[in-house]
Amino acid sequence: MNEPLPSVLIIDENATRASIIEAGLSAAGHTRVTVINEMHGIAAKIALHAPDVIVIDLENPNRDMLESIFQLSRAVKRPIAMFVDRSDKEAMQSAIDAGVSAYVVDGLRQERVKSILDMAISRFNAFSRLERELEEARGALEERKVIDQAKGLIMKSRGVDEATAYKLLRKAAMNGNRKIADVAESLVMSARLLGDGGE
Amino acid sequence: MTIELSAGFLPLTDSAILIAARECGFAEAEGIALDLVRETSWANVRDKLAVGQFEISHALAPMPIAANLGLTPFETRLIAPMALGLGGNAITVSNRLVAEMRHQHAFEMTNAKAAGEALARVVRTGQTQGRKRLQFGVVHPFSGHNFELRYWLGASGIAPDSDIEIVILPPSLMADALASGQIDGYCVGEPWNSVGVARGAGRIIATKSSIWASSPEKVLAVREDWAEENMETLHALLRALYRSAEWCGQPSNHTELAALLSLPGYLGQPVSVILPALDGSILGEAGAAASPDFFEPHARAATFPWQSHALWFYSQMVRWGYVDHSADHAEMARCSFRPDIYRSALAGIGVPVPSANSKVEGALARTTAVGASSQFLYLGPDGFFDGAVFDPDRLGAYIDSQKP
Repeated sequence: MNEPLPSVLIIDENATRASIIEAGLSAAGHTRVTVINEMHGIAAKIALHAPDVIVIDLENPNRDMLESIFQLSRAVKRPIAMFVDRSDKEAMQSAIDAGVSAYVVDGLRQERVKSILDMAISRFNAFSRLERELEEARGALEERKVIDQAKGLIMKSRGVDEATAYKLLRKAAMNGNRKIADVAESLVMSARLLGDGGE
Repeated sequence: MTIELSAGFLPLTDSAILIAARECGFAEAEGIALDLVRETSWANVRDKLAVGQFEISHALAPMPIAANLGLTPFETRLIAPMALGLGGNAITVSNRLVAEMRHQHAFEMTNAKAAGEALARVVRTGQTQGRKRLQFGVVHPFSGHNFELRYWLGASGIAPDSDIEIVILPPSLMADALASGQIDGYCVGEPWNSVGVARGAGRIIATKSSIWASSPEKVLAVREDWAEENMETLHALLRALYRSAEWCGQPSNHTELAALLSLPGYLGQPVSVILPALDGSILGEAGAAASPDFFEPHARAATFPWQSHALWFYSQMVRWGYVDHSADHAEMARCSFRPDIYRSALAGIGVPVPSANSKVEGALARTTAVGASSQFLYLGPDGFFDGAVFDPDRLGAYIDSQKP
């Protein structure tokens, strides 16, 4: 196939996510990929780049505005929503699950676009997974901080060492069938309420 | 057995009926677990309805009509078996523009005619001075906002596509766009007018209810094939939403409703910008006595999906060039609203339901008792501010009368 690969415009206010999609497309041989992170003046930018495919995240509140630009566009290249014929409902479903949508210029064959959307979907999913892991890591860090605070409170009020303080905390958690971090949090909170900052 | 339904909504005051149905147990009482998913655009709502992620959604009233006329990307037929209230929108303009308008002509926000006259004079002055066209924002081309703004402009002698410019912006960005001078005004649902006023970005100059009294705004949209396969569930849902609407309409519940809507998962805005639309204080002192109400979730058949409302939206789609008029198109538009489903859903619970599917819009100058399936039902006023009447039986003549 000698036709050049379609040009792609990625609209994503999340610059990190946009760049990982861009990297994926470049690795797959796409040379004409543009990223826009800033919605200001978007109509002029679209007119300038005249992309064959537009990839946009579903969280972007400007989708209605973009679609109206496409509707009014006097340009020859008129992007329309992906999978208009609904021949590939599964792909559309997985795109929406991943949180991404695409617009394709009218007349562009679906098979030429499929790999682009597949790439966007897998990168969106990978990004959400990373975000989730980061969130969990952050949560774990918070938990450790609160457990340390609770240990400090117990050590101070009971005059015990750190290992004993931790054992007491763990025992209370087991007896109450709760997580250590939860017990630690209630301890720190009640200490704060009773005026002992525990800081 | 509990049936789980996933519903999309946008953070707007007129999502109240859906939110209260979940939060106050009306859905649960009908055996429905309502999962409400907040969305950022109407395009998302449309896509998720199309692929079946949502069974039902809060939707702009013209959305199902546009979908069935083939004006939107997917070949998914949508129907509106229920409306989600009357009114609820307003037009807000920048402080600079409101000052210019007041300088030209005195007006109150409950008098759309006077406000229109004031704006027309500003526009004409701007034209003689060669100033840049004013820009107004609406949230979607197929929205009550776009069509009521255009109707108001048109009837005030302002051509919406040449004297000014109408652009599309998401509701949550309207106030910022107004404050930064990117646009001069916007027509949007609450709380986004009150938010703009609270931020000091502008003032409300006209309400939807002053342009067209007791006019339609949001509907419950469902896929037609889903409705056909799940009619019993849909009936149960409509009963739940009817009870919810009743609750939302009780003045004694307004404070609690505002608190519910203000929750971070729903509108995420302070009660102070939500309550004014519910208790009518948005209209100020002048409006407190004014009729009709700014936003009505229940009374005056506020949830009945009048086919005359669908046909009026259709007439405006034709008027502004979104679709050509034909008998087939008109029929498609009319059948997008399904009063028959509404009626069968509520048949068993002894509440008054209109016996007609359509009414002449603009026939009632004041609230009037009319015949209903049981009991009396109060309707109206339902007039347009310019005194024009829309008779759905004379659709062709109406469309012709609006040709430039």
